[in-house]
Amino acid sequence: MLQITCPHCGARAESEFHNGGEAHIERPKDPAALTDAEWAEFVFLRDNPKGLLLERWNHTQGCRRWFNVARDTVTYEILAVYPMGSQPPALDPRRYV
Amino acid sequence: MTPRYSVFSLLRNALSYHENWQQAWRSPEPKARYDVIIVGGGGHGLATAYYLAKLHGIKSIAVVERGWLGGGNTGRNTTIVRSNYLWDQSAALYEHAMKLWEGLSQDLNYNVMFSQRGVLNLAHNQHDLRETLRRVNANRLNGIDSEFLNAQQVKEMVPIIDLREGGRYPVLGASLQRRGGTARHDAVAWGYARGADALGVDIIQECAVNGFRIENGKVTGVETSKGLIEADKVGVVTAGHSSVMANMAGFRLPVQSVPLQALVSEPVKPIIDTVVMSGAVHAYVSQSDKGELVIGAGVDGYIGYGQRGSMQVTEETLAAICELFPLFRRMRMLRQWGGIVDVCPDASPILSKTPVQNLYLNCGWGTGGFKATPGSGWAFAHTIAKDEPHELNAAFTLDRFRTGFLIDEHGAAAVAH
Amino acid sequence: MSGYRLSSGGQIDRARPLSFAFDGKRYQGYAGDTLASALLANGVDLFGRSFKYHRPRGLFSAGVEEPNALVTLRSGARAEPNTRATVVELYDGLEASSQNRWPSLAFDVMAMNQLAGPLFSAGFYYKTFMGPTRKAWMLYEYFIRKAAGLGAGTLLPDPDRYEEMNAFCDVLVVGAGPAGLMAATAAASSGARVILADEQSALGGNLRGSASAQENLAGLAALDNVTLLARTTVYGYYDDNTLGAVERVADHVAAPAEGQPRERHWTIRAKQVVLATGAIERPIIFGDNDKPGVMLADAGRLYVERHGVAPGRRVAVFANNDGAYRSVAALTTAGVAVSAIVDARREIGAEAQAIAAASGAELLLGQVVTRALGGQRLSGIEVAAFDPVQGARDGAQRQISADCLLVSGGWTPTIHLASQAGGPARWDDSLTAFLPGEASQPWRAAGACQGTLDSAACFAEGAQAGAEAARACGLSPNPVSLPGAKTEPLADVPLPVWDARPPHGKGKAFVDLQHDVTASDISLAHREGFRSVEHLKRYTTLGMATDQGKTSNVTGLALMARERKLSIPEVGTTRFRPPYTPVSLGALAGQARGSHFRPTRRTAMHDWHVENGAEMQAAGLWLRPRIYAQGSETVEQAYSREARQVRASVGMVDVSTLGKIDVQGLDAAEFLNRVYSNGFLKLPEGKARYGLMLREDGFLWDDGTTWRLSETQFLMTTTTANAAPVLSQLEFLLAAVWPELKVAVTSVTEQWAGMAVSGPKSREVLASVLDDLDMSNEALPFMGVRKGHLNGLPVLVARLSFSGELAYEVYCGAHHGEAVWSRILEAGKPFGMIPYGVEALGTLRIEKGHVAGPELDGRTTAEDLGLAGMTSRKKHYIGSSMLKREGLTDPARLKLVGFVSADGGKIRAGAHLVAANDTSSPPRSLGHITSTTYSPALEKYIALGLLEDGPERVGEKLVATYPLKNIDVDVEVVSSHFFDPEGSRMHV
Repeated sequence: MLQITCPHCGARAESEFHNGGEAHIERPKDPAALTDAEWAEFVFLRDNPKGLLLERWNHTQGCRRWFNVARDTVTYEILAVYPMGSQPPALDPRRYV
Repeated sequence: MTPRYSVFSLLRNALSYHENWQQAWRSPEPKARYDVIIVGGGGHGLATAYYLAKLHGIKSIAVVERGWLGGGNTGRNTTIVRSNYLWDQSAALYEHAMKLWEGLSQDLNYNVMFSQRGVLNLAHNQHDLRETLRRVNANRLNGIDSEFLNAQQVKEMVPIIDLREGGRYPVLGASLQRRGGTARHDAVAWGYARGADALGVDIIQECAVNGFRIENGKVTGVETSKGLIEADKVGVVTAGHSSVMANMAGFRLPVQSVPLQALVSEPVKPIIDTVVMSGAVHAYVSQSDKGELVIGAGVDGYIGYGQRGSMQVTEETLAAICELFPLFRRMRMLRQWGGIVDVCPDASPILSKTPVQNLYLNCGWGTGGFKATPGSGWAFAHTIAKDEPHELNAAFTLDRFRTGFLIDEHGAAAVAH
Repeated sequence: MSGYRLSSGGQIDRARPLSFAFDGKRYQGYAGDTLASALLANGVDLFGRSFKYHRPRGLFSAGVEEPNALVTLRSGARAEPNTRATVVELYDGLEASSQNRWPSLAFDVMAMNQLAGPLFSAGFYYKTFMGPTRKAWMLYEYFIRKAAGLGAGTLLPDPDRYEEMNAFCDVLVVGAGPAGLMAATAAASSGARVILADEQSALGGNLRGSASAQENLAGLAALDNVTLLARTTVYGYYDDNTLGAVERVADHVAAPAEGQPRERHWTIRAKQVVLATGAIERPIIFGDNDKPGVMLADAGRLYVERHGVAPGRRVAVFANNDGAYRSVAALTTAGVAVSAIVDARREIGAEAQAIAAASGAELLLGQVVTRALGGQRLSGIEVAAFDPVQGARDGAQRQISADCLLVSGGWTPTIHLASQAGGPARWDDSLTAFLPGEASQPWRAAGACQGTLDSAACFAEGAQAGAEAARACGLSPNPVSLPGAKTEPLADVPLPVWDARPPHGKGKAFVDLQHDVTASDISLAHREGFRSVEHLKRYTTLGMATDQGKTSNVTGLALMARERKLSIPEVGTTRFRPPYTPVSLGALAGQARGSHFRPTRRTAMHDWHVENGAEMQAAGLWLRPRIYAQGSETVEQAYSREARQVRASVGMVDVSTLGKIDVQGLDAAEFLNRVYSNGFLKLPEGKARYGLMLREDGFLWDDGTTWRLSETQFLMTTTTANAAPVLSQLEFLLAAVWPELKVAVTSVTEQWAGMAVSGPKSREVLASVLDDLDMSNEALPFMGVRKGHLNGLPVLVARLSFSGELAYEVYCGAHHGEAVWSRILEAGKPFGMIPYGVEALGTLRIEKGHVAGPELDGRTTAEDLGLAGMTSRKKHYIGSSMLKREGLTDPARLKLVGFVSADGGKIRAGAHLVAANDTSSPPRSLGHITSTTYSPALEKYIALGLLEDGPERVGEKLVATYPLKNIDVDVEVVSSHFFDPEGSRMHV
């Protein structure tokens, strides 16, 4: 069970949280300008990396706030927690082939 | 010529102390080029190679596998086979697989122990009941055997179940596919490998793919840990690693790789004959021929490539199983593990051409991969050989996420994604 | 009959004799015995039968690694199959029985399997049982299943209870032997919160019973910051230093005491972990090495030292390292004669020589045991000269009489937890063993589990690991005094001997005893190409038995390495997975039983519903009234009556389960306008609007009414099922997509109780009971929302209609729910007002053609359901951009229409629609029925469904087919608005 440090509540068990998928996916600012393929890209295509993943989590059983997490998808190690709207800190992730 | 397996060959070899058996498959070094390279030596990849060689007459085929054959989800799943899917397209594909399962041991001359012991999908509330009945009728109209059992009939079939009458999750009924059941997962990989090898397919283990050689939008080879191997066509069947492969080929997938956990108990004498699945409580159970209870959970809630189980998923799953089968509490968990399943947003697979010419993709099977193995390999072989999908997999395109022609099978898996 | 109780010694309480039974025969043991030691003391040597060949098997070990002595402990509902006799603590009245034999353990018919043994090579079942027909396997399988499976599980529900405990600590020490004890002592000296857990019945490991251990443990027990857990197996090492452990609270007694759990599951979150998990001895294999009487050398020592039991009368020893000499010394001390010591090494150290000399045993150096002799039990051994390069020599074999052979092939460190938590194991060539790999979580290993076998060194390593762990927690440990153990001169470095058979040796050489995997099975696997470790395991089943290969894995690897002409680490090791030893499913399921399995959500009016005869049904976690049956009414009669009464007069239904979200802020209207497909910007205060929500990909997601309570406050309602997902989505949009919007959302589902009052008399009823609201059509028009009071209780009243009748929804604080409900019903008495359930609610909405869950199944679009008019073209909202894709506008999509039964037959939910003239078999489905009911208003069966070209087929006759029961009902396609399509009734 992961232990996730909510920026507002502190370290809590994974079961209190909900994963919201890849972070930094920006909703198109000019919706009408996109083709179907570009919309499909925005809605469905996701990075699914083996290694560093930036993702959103919500503290559903606690403060219900969203925040970003940098996590290694192989070791499940949480490398950083940072607020919504900000960029991830510099990280030196492991690389996997 | 690969010698046939039979009780007679077994007797003959017993007399010579089993010292004259041949390798089940060769372990050749890769050639410089092949007509077709299949990336991924799991059940689907090996089946694809087998049917390419057997049905499409392609002589020069290689399967390259990063580790050992069947070491991914083929050897990590809970071995359930059924075809009672809701939508016509899914039903057709899985039912085709079912028909192949029914003759697979004989076709491969390898006992995959396909055991049609029946699969029950329990309904616990009015919503479940309604969905179950809709699916059962849809199955019937698709020519798939499908029955509905009321609670009493479920009890007769599985006497050890606690119907939890009046309880939190009472068993109100169940769908039953009698032709469904289980198979021996490792044997499927080994049987297809042996069968493909006998037809001249080179199976190359411990050969990791590090990239694709793509010229003018067309794939021409595969960069591997054993060097460049040229090919006219390349089929990628790497389940949880499909996104990693797609990235190498320069495109992205609507796929997420998430752990799917399972566990087995210590073996006991036969105690449950059928496969019992419950979507509402996220658990399923069957008993292997060895006597172990094989118990499966839902998928984890986030991307992960660690092939391991986690404590809370185990606890939740076993709570569900022990609710339905309170007599299992004194049995013991022997092993737990995780497989990495690749899940599409509509819970249906992709069996399709790709943006790269002559590069073909077979992925996104989520929790349904094992049961589809023969059908998946069969349809993928056709797609590669003809450079166009078969009617069976025509709907399972990568493009459907753009067009919106989704095949939404959420709820078709015993466990909702 | 070779084991016997020594006249003195052992950590047993000879003053407390205990009576027990094995296979119905009564025996006596003492407190402090295990089932295994007590049976051994009684001369029992046959404990079980092997899995495949049903060969007789005896005790092989004295611990959790036991492959052979599996019994069914207890009987009836508490029966536990496959229980290792070596870890069962004896209690008075204990009952156990042998397994996997028929009719008896001594005479097992299935032992005939041995005759066919040559056929039962590894993986033989993959090569046969394929004919004569495709179905033949099912017959073979029936018998194979019966033969497999070890013990039988109980068929009765477990009467015992299991507890769950969550613990947090600075340092968890796993294993309380020499290293673990010192680690805990050192860590505790810093004030760290320490948990020390050990699987055995008492802490101390190899020091159990010693004065130094007692002193140490007493010191630890006196500390508030230390928790000592005996009988507690730490079985799994999970992410973020979370470990799972099971404490066997009452497994050492006949049944748990009143209020006591059987087992307690611990979830331990530790900042630092010290793994002091010890090592398990491994055997050397030789011909017929499975004969009862062949035992690990250290087990022999433990039976003597711990239980005062001699393992045999003529004991021989076979070793390739000095470890076995500890056992020889122990036996000599206890007065048990050792007749011969066979050691593969040509030279041994002085200390070992001295021990051998003191024992009086004949010392045979440079020789190995090639074969065990005897029938159902060991009677002797064959010994041959051994060459480290060539192996055992063929030819002249000497026979030595023995009823017990203690074997030591070296030690296998117990790296299970380290492997679960860390990287790949590391091979140590001198110890010929795998050691813990690099730690990727904060743990460190100490003692035998990292190859340190000398006691003094274990003490030092443990103390150091404990101190380092405390320091890693930011604490300052004090130096600890190490017990006065002197370094032993014994050399535990083994001479690598795995298979002691000569080239043409006789007898089966078992690698995995429980699964009957032999050395020749491994050769066969190699021959057939199953050469990777995983293929080897899976093809031969090596290491897959209940002992998980604790005494066989390394040997199996070594034999494969020999075949492949590679070193052992080149062949590899498998990653260990939890659990270290098997764990009860009940302990893992824990307290989540019955009503604790999932929470139950009840509305404020729940008790009233139950008291008034409601049949409750589950909707997600909620319980809702389905019908309020009167007398012997069927479901259909009940809901028909209820629906009829609503249309005739007035009724009330509990709608508290709808999701309710409070949306507030300066930009609340703008936010809703982006979330709903229809317009919300201009919704006036005091008005409600029905809204549709789409997924981003354009499919329909949820619907509900949202009420504007003020300029900046809205009350949104959602479907019951989507209450939580919608809230999450709104929060997500505000946090990630539109952080600039000044809006806050909060779930108020639990805070409001809601009830819908429907029917032509609803206005009169409410007017009579509301204190301060003008209920006239002018003052409270359709979709109007007002705040008011009902008998002094604050309420929100909205004029909404799901039933198509004049209707209102009344919301009040959940605390007032039952009071408001009761008062409204009281006021409705003169009108014959009734409560109605979700069945009648469904009937009323189907009659109106309103969509609900069955239609909003996540696969339909607004256009499919005839709601295209609600998808605005003037604005952008979630889902708008992907709504017009070809897959969503395809003319072939199924569309919502109504159906009426043409022949009076019942239309079943789940029926499919086929053309009346479709004679193909099976016919082609044109769509399916989603919702169905008997309509009291129309006096016939009606349904909603999704149909190809639906609206164009109105007036057509189709068949609603239900192949499951071969029922076909003729139906006519009609508009989905069955009843009062103009909506005149709700606008009065």
